[in-house]
Amino acid sequence: MTHPFLALTDADVEEMLGTVGVASIDELFRDIPAGMRLGRALELEPPLSEQELSVHMAELAARNVDATREVSFLGAGIYDHYVPAVVDAVMQRGEFLTAYTPYQPEMSQGVLQAIFEYQTAICELTGMDVSNASGYDGETVAADACYIAKHATGRTKIVVTEATNPQVRQVVKTYAPGFGLEVVEVPHRDGTTDPGELRRAAEGAAAVIFQQPNFFGCLEPTPDLAAAANDAEALPIAHVDPLSLGLLEAPGRYGCAIALGEGQAAGNMPSYGGPHYGFLAARQTFIRRMPGRIVGETVDAAGERGYVLTLQTREQHIRREKATSNITTNQTLLALGGLVYLTWLGPQGLRELGETCLSLAAYARERLLEVAGLEPLFAEQATFKEFAVRVGRNARDVIRDARALGVHPGYALGRDYEGMDDVLLVAVTEQRTPAEIDRLAAVLAEVAR
Amino acid sequence: MKLIYEKSQPGRRASVIPVHDGLPAPEVPAELRRAKPPRLPEVPEFELVRHFTELSTRNFGIDSGFYPLGSCTMKYNPRVNERLVGLPGFARLHPYQDEDGVQGALELEWRLQQILLEVTGLDAVSLQPAAGSQGELTGLMLVRAYYEDRGESEQRRKVVIPDTAHGTNPASVTMAGYELTHVQTDARGNIDVEDLRAKVDEHTAALMLTNPSTLGLFDESIEEIERIFHGAGALMYYDGANLNAVCGISRPGDMGFDIVHINLHKTFSQPHGGGGPGGGPIAVRDMLEPFLPVPAVIRRDDGTFGLDFDRPKTIGKVRGFTGPFGVFVRAYAYMRMYGPRLREMSEAAVLNANYMRARLRNAYELPYDRLCMHEFVLSARHLKREHGVTALDVAKRLMDYGFHPPTIYFPLVVPEALMIEPTETETKETLDAFCDAMLEIAREAAENPALLKGAPHHRPVRRLDEVRAAKTPVVKYAFEEHPVSDEPAVELPKGV
Repeated sequence: MTHPFLALTDADVEEMLGTVGVASIDELFRDIPAGMRLGRALELEPPLSEQELSVHMAELAARNVDATREVSFLGAGIYDHYVPAVVDAVMQRGEFLTAYTPYQPEMSQGVLQAIFEYQTAICELTGMDVSNASGYDGETVAADACYIAKHATGRTKIVVTEATNPQVRQVVKTYAPGFGLEVVEVPHRDGTTDPGELRRAAEGAAAVIFQQPNFFGCLEPTPDLAAAANDAEALPIAHVDPLSLGLLEAPGRYGCAIALGEGQAAGNMPSYGGPHYGFLAARQTFIRRMPGRIVGETVDAAGERGYVLTLQTREQHIRREKATSNITTNQTLLALGGLVYLTWLGPQGLRELGETCLSLAAYARERLLEVAGLEPLFAEQATFKEFAVRVGRNARDVIRDARALGVHPGYALGRDYEGMDDVLLVAVTEQRTPAEIDRLAAVLAEVAR
Repeated sequence: MKLIYEKSQPGRRASVIPVHDGLPAPEVPAELRRAKPPRLPEVPEFELVRHFTELSTRNFGIDSGFYPLGSCTMKYNPRVNERLVGLPGFARLHPYQDEDGVQGALELEWRLQQILLEVTGLDAVSLQPAAGSQGELTGLMLVRAYYEDRGESEQRRKVVIPDTAHGTNPASVTMAGYELTHVQTDARGNIDVEDLRAKVDEHTAALMLTNPSTLGLFDESIEEIERIFHGAGALMYYDGANLNAVCGISRPGDMGFDIVHINLHKTFSQPHGGGGPGGGPIAVRDMLEPFLPVPAVIRRDDGTFGLDFDRPKTIGKVRGFTGPFGVFVRAYAYMRMYGPRLREMSEAAVLNANYMRARLRNAYELPYDRLCMHEFVLSARHLKREHGVTALDVAKRLMDYGFHPPTIYFPLVVPEALMIEPTETETKETLDAFCDAMLEIAREAAENPALLKGAPHHRPVRRLDEVRAAKTPVVKYAFEEHPVSDEPAVELPKGV
């Protein structure tokens, strides 16, 4: 069995078969009915050596046009923020990378303490009391929150704003029939949500989901939206960009019950859509309804502080069909990357990062209006790092033509919204420079309209 | 060990953020502006690195040593995969790029799909689910969509699950809005076919089965089970958590299953990362393909690759984009390094498990004394009865010998269960060292039970009080009790 990942020699195999008391490896599989055995070799390409594999994978990677090969203003939920080397260094520690879920706490104090620190960071960012150890992504944590809301309120309607990420809405709708929930959408009015309209929709609802900044990049009147939900006794759920929370108020401080979001921007590479981490935090009252792993502090037999998975009677391996969720494997390693990133930033870095993104985006908006002659879509709305402009013709064609000039100018909102075929959503992270923004403006001046 | 928050000092920092002159001032409307900054840690870069390095030394992974955690398939995670996943052409790729800018990524996903179809013996696959349990839920959504399409959804409300099932199965059934029917295990560790026959009828939507089961046994009645379910017009779902036992030997599709999820983080070497990420693709028979999540990754007639959103009968989306792409890079790389030799991988896993079972069967109880597949379940019931030593004590004592313990107290049908899965990774010397330790612990249980009760003795912490943690949950750092590191020296956002 000569293979880099296999170890048994012919002599080992012979001795081991003797200990087991069978004559051959085939005999080990005698319980499998003959008709259910494959009886042939798998029709797969021959094994590659590590060196050959590396060449093959480099060829596949080279067929992709990544953010090092074109200047990208593409966001729409996944962002090209800088990931510092310390994140890679920590995530590549084999003791973290190759460990399982910490069922045996004495073997796993490292990751347990790290998750405890992560939970603390998420609670600080969101102003909430309790965070889980992560969910799959920014989409599925929204579905998780609906399950909490259903059981907490006994109601079966979920309200979600149309300005919430379309994929979040789609995942919530996919989960809803199994949960016995109906989903109602509230349209945006000139780029943001009207609190009065939201209040009417929230009547009898279990929860109201809105996004800050919303999918168009606009800042929602979140205190008013949360108040509208609370007035209807529906749980206000804020889907937030973690990197906005150095500048924007924490959802816990304007009355939200649950705060959640996509963690990718904070410490994970875009990686063609995953794996990333979704974060989910809530007020204390929901602690026993939370989905997924939670780490708690305790003491050991000598009275020393230590950490364990806790409140496990919520979970599927104990509670089975009565569990608060079926989740087991979550996104711990990515959340660890998030913790390292947030530690690297610190409170000052988080605020400065937000300011830099905001300033660069404001500059980009100016340039696109002045140099490229584009029209802003929601001119009256304040934005954060992303904004929408009309490009005079189908935005997909504009994107194609701009890419031919080495710039990916943004996301075509017509993919999700009717009447927006000529709208481009432009994201500006701290990785973009004023010179790159000038180039974007020059390219759009050429290809738009 | 201190928390990172306890090492924090106002004014320290690791990051430098680019600042550009002459840009518009950052404006935040006053009513939305943050009033109080989050108390994130304030440390220089080297303190950050030291902190997390020290934490890592208090953690144990497959890179550290033997990790025979049953049903978790803790196998070696090739280092080359970590290098590959970091290639800028993968890592810095945005999922909303046009198809012509992501041909390499789509080709990788398509090729991975083809390999999974060959390994599972099914017709179509979606890579989208984020983990095994989400694969289960997605599979049950497909079951619902299938019966709705046939006008049988009101009639078929029940999903059958054996009592050996992973807890995720019943939890997924509830989340999918179905009702549970439990079936028992017989004396040989198979599904009790008579019990099953009495419970499967025209109201049954599906069976969820792990085969080999969580007892590590291949169900000898699988042909009869298949006849019962398909005879009643019900579907069969395969929990692929234990696929590592049968790659290239027997395929779920050939066993009669209609839907399969594959745990890329178990069988195909995605590192577990201390609790994720995972990947839970689902493969299905062709009649279920129209209902799969969107987008589908396809190869077009002209040889290019694309995303197909035009699936009118789709259940929708269960997570963002096409799924956890980085997990696909690793799983694909791993399967390319094995090719058809995946069979040898499974053979070694099964031989290793049987060898350990044979070495330990006299010192521990073996409730189902048969050839096993990739794992086996012992019971410490005799140690508890005779010496007051539990499976938990055995597990904690194994730590002192430098091993990660097996899964304990699962499956629930075995009292004081110790569920051991060696995987194909491991030399015979390692297997022997672990078996020697288990035999020594059985002796210690008789001679010095206090030694086991007090274990572990050589870990960074002693045995932890889990009851206390659950009774009064402390789930974040209490800044208020530690005023030194409270308010960071940070100005409030200026705004205009």
